Amino acid sequence: MSEATEAYPAAAADPAKAERGQRSLWGDVWRQFRRHRGGMAGAILFLAIVLAVFVGPSLHDVDSQALNVREKNQGVSLLHPMGTDNLGRDMLARILAGGRISLAVGVTAMLLSLFVGSVVGVLAGFVRWLEGPLLRLTDLFLALPLLPLLLVTIMLFRDTLRAMLGPETGIFLLIVFVIGITSWMQTARVVRGAVLSVKEQDFVLAARAIGTRERRIVTRHILPNVLSPIMVSATLGIATAIITESALSFLGLGFPSDFPTWGRLLYDGVNYVQINPSRVIWPGLAISLTVLSINYVGDALRDALDPRLRGR
Amino acid sequence: MKRLIAILAQAATIAVVSAGAAHADRGSDGHLNILYWQAVSILNPFLSGGNKDVHGASLVIEPLASYDEAGNIVPALAAEIPTPANGGVAKDLKSITWKIKPDLKWSDGTPFTAHDVVFTAQYCMHPDGGCQQAAKFTDVEKVEAVDDLTVKVTFSVTKPFPYGPFVGSESPIIQKAQFQGCLGPKAPECTEQNFHPIGTGPFAVTEFRANDVVSLKANPQYRDPAKPAFATVTLKGGGDAASAARAVLETGEFDYAWSLLVEPEILEQMVAAGRGTLATAFGPSVEYIEVNLSDPSPAKGALRSTREGGPHPFLTDPAVRRALSMAIDRQAIVEVGYGPAGKPTCNLLSAPEIYASTANDWCLKQDIDGANRLLDEAGWVRGSDGVRAKDGVRLSLLYQTATNSVRQGTQALVKDMWSQIGMETELRNVDAAVFFGGDPGSPDTAHKFYADVQMYTNNFPGTDPERYLSYWHCDEIPTPANNWLGNNMQRFCSDEYDALVAEMAQTADLAARAETAKRMNDVLVGQGIIIPLVHRGSMSAHSLTLEGVRMNAWDSELWNAADWTRRK
Repeated sequence: MSEATEAYPAAAADPAKAERGQRSLWGDVWRQFRRHRGGMAGAILFLAIVLAVFVGPSLHDVDSQALNVREKNQGVSLLHPMGTDNLGRDMLARILAGGRISLAVGVTAMLLSLFVGSVVGVLAGFVRWLEGPLLRLTDLFLALPLLPLLLVTIMLFRDTLRAMLGPETGIFLLIVFVIGITSWMQTARVVRGAVLSVKEQDFVLAARAIGTRERRIVTRHILPNVLSPIMVSATLGIATAIITESALSFLGLGFPSDFPTWGRLLYDGVNYVQINPSRVIWPGLAISLTVLSINYVGDALRDALDPRLRGR
Repeated sequence: MKRLIAILAQAATIAVVSAGAAHADRGSDGHLNILYWQAVSILNPFLSGGNKDVHGASLVIEPLASYDEAGNIVPALAAEIPTPANGGVAKDLKSITWKIKPDLKWSDGTPFTAHDVVFTAQYCMHPDGGCQQAAKFTDVEKVEAVDDLTVKVTFSVTKPFPYGPFVGSESPIIQKAQFQGCLGPKAPECTEQNFHPIGTGPFAVTEFRANDVVSLKANPQYRDPAKPAFATVTLKGGGDAASAARAVLETGEFDYAWSLLVEPEILEQMVAAGRGTLATAFGPSVEYIEVNLSDPSPAKGALRSTREGGPHPFLTDPAVRRALSMAIDRQAIVEVGYGPAGKPTCNLLSAPEIYASTANDWCLKQDIDGANRLLDEAGWVRGSDGVRAKDGVRLSLLYQTATNSVRQGTQALVKDMWSQIGMETELRNVDAAVFFGGDPGSPDTAHKFYADVQMYTNNFPGTDPERYLSYWHCDEIPTPANNWLGNNMQRFCSDEYDALVAEMAQTADLAARAETAKRMNDVLVGQGIIIPLVHRGSMSAHSLTLEGVRMNAWDSELWNAADWTRRK
């Protein structure tokens, strides 16, 4: 087990490439990833959005909360590149500010649900005596009506967290937690299925035969081979998290109303779609582009990570 | 497919024939769709103070007299309005005698008599009944049936305005036979009765789904054989104000939509679609911010937002409350959120005219400098973050209201104005059904008031504000003990004010009553317990094909639904 390449049948089965010298798994993945045009475009776009959202406010120096009733419902202008809303707040500044929150919620909630889902999935697939209880737990969570559960959780803990951590951090943590904790089930099921099929393969038997410890089998052999379904769930997870957050905001249980997020901007703009279409188009475009770019990245990553597809 | 067409054709023929036969008769105009975006949750106004419930019930059960759109009292079940002139009101102003129209029948066919009226009084005046309209019966000594068609209400004090009991849609008559098992503590348990009251009104309930939809049909026993023109009514609940306006004005799915708190530019554009029109009437509705005088901190546990839990850390300071009011630019709020349906106001009682005080007109002009000065003088010093503080208490508010884009817009504006005087504001919005629902199990109701300030619209039925002003009596404070019922959300308790409530109840002369009402208004507004923002017109939308709507700000908007017709 001293050399990583030996562990991966696809790489080992390709003697021509082995001549080029020592290669790492991630080097291979990156090489493959770069060949996926959609994936590259998605990655560039996503990075651009992240960059815009975090660096943008220092270039477009307008307070997203500043009101100016006299400049309400304005169209595109040099001062307000995306127009203003019905209270005269600058839409570009609000979209940039909203993007920070939406992306942070989306990514953090996705990571949490990915972690829980992968752990449950791998344990259920790998440890026989845990399979029954964990799967029933998954079923239980799947059967729970999510929105009412979210509402109850938020109602119970909102005030406590608000008092402890302040309105913004408290609600951020709460929302990330409730979204993460209620969206891991699909990942867990998919991962368990993948683990079940991978763990019966010869290279796992071989690893076991040479006395590799169980934990190491999981981390070195099983996990990299089930990465592709995990990645796909991750990309879908970000999208779901962004949308769930906007649903909560709309019900008045998410962030406060003056705390812009993409979902909230979209909901607020719906009534103005005929008067000022840009209020819906920009946040809608931001959500769509983010989700789309992440999906493409996920697609490319899946291809790149799958040893059977890599190198084709 | 052919069979389906045949069935449809047959159905169409039947429909045409039956409609033709019943022309110009009861039920000849088919179906009426009404949309109340706050759904009706009970059809017994004695157990609910919500306008939506009172309006819904007004289709089914009626009072002896109602208010018309000009605020005049007009007979409903009564034959005429008793006055001192016609002898209906006793000379000593201590009793009023109502004559009931003869031959009235309940929708189940049984006769309507004075005994039903007497029973209604017993029902609402029962000490354990939790009657939400009990104040309509203030000082009522006894209600007796002189004969089957005559009711005499005797008051323990001189009653210059004896039109409290049985007048207006908040005090309708319920059937004795149906409700006699529901007196006192059993009142809320009578689900069947509360959901399907038997009435004398133009419509009778066929199906009731709480918080969703009420289906009604024309009351076969209604006193005017030609009315109502509509055979069936659906009173649907749910959604929000903007979608309700759209359903009437743009898509035409509904004929009538109530309480349209929607930004003026959006409504304007919906009306342009040409399917419906807006009806506005300025009544007593005022959108105001109320301050919590008790401590809403979660640390108080069960005593949160109760007087026992202790006073509010800073809203008990009159200077802070005054500064909050001074900092608000009411004109801007009206322009952005209300347009023609609102006027800036500094009074809780903005209508009728005789009750409108002028003592608080200073608030019409925003005065940021003055507010800052006031806070400086009171010792509230700005910290490094720009937020004022004194003795470790920061001026940081949680400001809650119902979910509605106009209200969220107002919140954003007010937050901005308050930030200019060194107040930190955190906004929260709660779904309207929850906020106004009054469910004792929910922490987010207006009654529990787990926030520092909250904003909504309040009003009173009819033209006499006595009952409304008594909301701020000490006894009206919602507490866990009274299941958070009561209207004194501020937890305001002052001997001076309670004395004025008592004085009001004994003042006979209209001019003197107006004087007292103004003084009470000035106590509440002057001390900053209530921060009035906008005098709101009630705005509803109705289809252009719906005729007979007389927009009423003094009673239920559906008060004359019996006269509504469909334009042919």
